[in-house]
Amino acid sequence: MAGEDPDERDRARRFRDAALPYLDDAFTLARYLMRNAADAEDAVQECYLRALQHFDNYRGPAMKPWLLAILRNVCNAEFARRAAQGASSACAAAEPAAADETAPWQEPQRSPEVELLRRQDDATIRRLVAELPPSFREVVVLREINDLSYRDIAEVVGVPVGTVMSRLARARSMLRAAWNVEEGSTP
Amino acid sequence: MNCAESQVLIHALIDGELDAGHMSDVEAHVANCPACAGELKALRAMREAIAGARLKEMAPAQLRSRIEAALPAPPSRAARRPASWLASWRNFLGGLTLGAALSAAVAATLVVAVVRNDQDQRIADDVVSAHLRSLQAGHLTDVLTSDQHTVKPWFNGKLDLAPPVVDLTAQGFTLIGGRLDYLNGEAAASIVYRRRNHVINLFVARHSGTGQAGAKIETVHGFNVRRWTQDGLDFWAVSDINAEELDEFGQKFMAGLQPPSGHS
Repeated sequence: MAGEDPDERDRARRFRDAALPYLDDAFTLARYLMRNAADAEDAVQECYLRALQHFDNYRGPAMKPWLLAILRNVCNAEFARRAAQGASSACAAAEPAAADETAPWQEPQRSPEVELLRRQDDATIRRLVAELPPSFREVVVLREINDLSYRDIAEVVGVPVGTVMSRLARARSMLRAAWNVEEGSTP
Repeated sequence: MNCAESQVLIHALIDGELDAGHMSDVEAHVANCPACAGELKALRAMREAIAGARLKEMAPAQLRSRIEAALPAPPSRAARRPASWLASWRNFLGGLTLGAALSAAVAATLVVAVVRNDQDQRIADDVVSAHLRSLQAGHLTDVLTSDQHTVKPWFNGKLDLAPPVVDLTAQGFTLIGGRLDYLNGEAAASIVYRRRNHVINLFVARHSGTGQAGAKIETVHGFNVRRWTQDGLDFWAVSDINAEELDEFGQKFMAGLQPPSGHS
């Protein structure tokens, strides 16, 4: 049995100590990418299995972006599988959205006046983030909730840092617009 | 810098991702451009609202056990969980974003931590323990406010010193409150700041008189600790943010304490 090999057990212990602290981060990202808890759990479990398999190749230093990059690949592979099967169209939108990318210095839409943001409850904020298009949603989650630096986000998403910046700027503009609409609808 | 550039770079500004040169460029532009200033203000407000919302999810317990079960058994229970406090420590840390602090290296340091027998090291350990305790739910602040003029008087009568409270919001460090704590068996003040999602505890105690060194940064159990002495008080800033940012925090705080005219 696997547990009898001391090297194997030591490796598992190192993996556990390094990777398990990020379980909540991984689950959170998976929730936003997969959009339901059961799929998120499956994706996270698959992510940890793959991470353990590749742990020998892991050369640090940052475990969190490494894990989240694996998780993102797992989620995208799942969407690709579903798309191939034609099983679900709900998640087909998860593919890398290149079409709606802004050029780095393109001016984001400005609202005519500066609005003060009204406080929204947690559930509303969660929904507004969840409703962003996938490539914008993921940078917002990685930045605001997983608290990754731009460089780490670039590593997870597999794009240059400049793209992270422009996507994040665009994502926040969209979020703000949705936020303001929400305020308008709840007087 | 024009508005188009500024509109992208202000995101990097509020995320603390700009180097000093770009930071002053953006700040200079914003100072003269009401539109960009308004944008910056609105974005900061939105970020704060998002940071204040509990968006991070806890992984379900059964997911954790499924993953644990899939791993080969650890060498021994003792090696895996040296003490029950480590397990509970992990549990409460699970609810927080701790950046890279909680790496294997940190876990290893905690297990084999050798406490050197000098006063500074003991206090540094104390400071980090107090920081860890403060991160538990509901322990962070006794007085919760971003107003320095509320935090400072709150300590009146609770301590025999008046800890200085500096507003560093403009520098990217948000004041979130204050707390009464204990260091080395003595009551001490902790002023709590936030940088992105990271908590910075700034402990303030009467200068213990054992020599006066310049600012010093060290890593204790994986946390960065910046220690300095100023105006007869000892300061320890503790956080899991990187050493450069913590040093920046210390410098900004020290600068904020200096009377502007040079008279004291």
